[in-house]
Amino acid sequence: MLELIVISTLNGVLYGMLLFLMASGLTVIFSMLGVLNFAHASFYMLGAFFGFQISRWVGFWPALLIAPLLAGAIGAAVERYGLRRVHKNGHVAELLFTFGLAFAIEEIVQIIWGKSPVDFRVPPLLDFPAFTIFSTNYPAFKMFMLLVSVAIFLGLLLALKKTRIGLIVQAALTHPHMVGHLGHNVGRIFMLVFGVGTALAAVAGVIAGPALVTQSNMAGLLGPILFVVVVVGGLGSLPGAFIASLLIGLLQTFAVSMNASLAGLLGPLSPDLAQSWLSDIWNVTIAQIAPIMPYLLLVLVLIFRPMGLLGTRDT
Amino acid sequence: MLEVRDLHAYYGKSHILQGVDMQIAAGEVVSLLGRNGVGRSTTVKAIMGEVPPVGVIRFKGADIAGLPSYRIAHRGLGYVPEHRDIFPGLTVRQNLMLGVKDPRNPGKWRLDDMLDMFSNLKARADTAAGVLSGGEKQMLTICRTLMGNPDLVMIDEPTEGLAPIIVQQVGDLIAEIARRGVAILLVEQKLSIALRISHRVYVMGHGRIVFEGSPADLKANDAVRKEWLEV
Repeated sequence: MLELIVISTLNGVLYGMLLFLMASGLTVIFSMLGVLNFAHASFYMLGAFFGFQISRWVGFWPALLIAPLLAGAIGAAVERYGLRRVHKNGHVAELLFTFGLAFAIEEIVQIIWGKSPVDFRVPPLLDFPAFTIFSTNYPAFKMFMLLVSVAIFLGLLLALKKTRIGLIVQAALTHPHMVGHLGHNVGRIFMLVFGVGTALAAVAGVIAGPALVTQSNMAGLLGPILFVVVVVGGLGSLPGAFIASLLIGLLQTFAVSMNASLAGLLGPLSPDLAQSWLSDIWNVTIAQIAPIMPYLLLVLVLIFRPMGLLGTRDT
Repeated sequence: MLEVRDLHAYYGKSHILQGVDMQIAAGEVVSLLGRNGVGRSTTVKAIMGEVPPVGVIRFKGADIAGLPSYRIAHRGLGYVPEHRDIFPGLTVRQNLMLGVKDPRNPGKWRLDDMLDMFSNLKARADTAAGVLSGGEKQMLTICRTLMGNPDLVMIDEPTEGLAPIIVQQVGDLIAEIARRGVAILLVEQKLSIALRISHRVYVMGHGRIVFEGSPADLKANDAVRKEWLEV
């Protein structure tokens, strides 16, 4: 039991930090542009595939740097030459634009790398168990993922709070017009934020690629969870995104490892219920409903606290 | 310094500005008066490009009509909008620092001077600007724009909703800005301040300038005051 708790906590925090790498960009982009970027998870996928390809050519470590830069440059170009033009036609057009972009990226990835998973492996340098707790070997690569995510989180925090450009970004989150009147080029700030946000998603892709499966459906699998994170945390709130990322990371990891069911909990009280028409619900384990838990949370938050945990505006 | 000729502006289909003409010379203090809804705020918004302008707007001889607002700001035109748009999550000091356009080339208004001038702001330099009182927020927005070293600053309704004692302080600050040689376009409803510090006043009505003259001319002209200003 203790082993389960320790391992699940580690995995949950790791998953949560990966989510945060993506959700942080998504939520900041939402604050500035007022639009949910449906293609955000696509940049995570681009990061993974770029990472895979560049690893083959020059190795994993250069790829860890080059792939996010490349994805970030594409992100910045999407903002500058795509979203900024679409922006004139209103939010619905922007939303549809990012929606279409997500499909376009998925198709392009399929054309280049195919539909089946690619062989993106953990670099040999990190391919060993970091430590053994109880009887489980915890892989070094996972510790490395955790380290990278935490380092980026701290770097981001420092850049936002301590640098001049960070202050301008914070100000532009709530008052973009005023920032422009003070002589700051808001358009360039938007492009920068979009570029950095998509680059962060790509970092998540490069480090998650070898640990999970690098495949053309990975954006589609992760995208919806990201929206859950930013809505639960409060659209536009970075601290909210952080808490919600960890919450959902832990929630999913723990739920998957739990085999409790209503039958197990209440079964001894009324054994005959398990035979009745209720038996389907009776025997479902928490692990089986784990995948829908984040969406359940999304629905509950939208009903009872529409501004999210730390959000300031209604969604 | 600023020259506006035949300026029109629209909100959707409504024709808000219907040919505004005005001029402000270097170092001059000019007030733009009029009742609510006659287009005073729209005039300054159109000059800053926040509302699309149609017409001629020249600043220091160059055409600035329709430029992005950050370019206009870099030419030395400062704007303090009417809603006291401070950045609530940042500290007073950080708010002031964001007024600086080019950190390598600071202007005549220094952060320390600014804080010395206002003991209230100095005492709260490192608190979040969101908790300031209305008067303090107004002082902060004006000071923040000054940090960008403008040659002309347009201030929209600075005294709206403030207590009389604070109105007095805002008036003193505007007088101090003028004393340092910065031209001012003051959008106001309260005649007292405008008449005290202005060299010249414009009165607007129905999207046009309906009167131009010195404060003394306006005081003497009962007809204009009755028709366009008094409620």
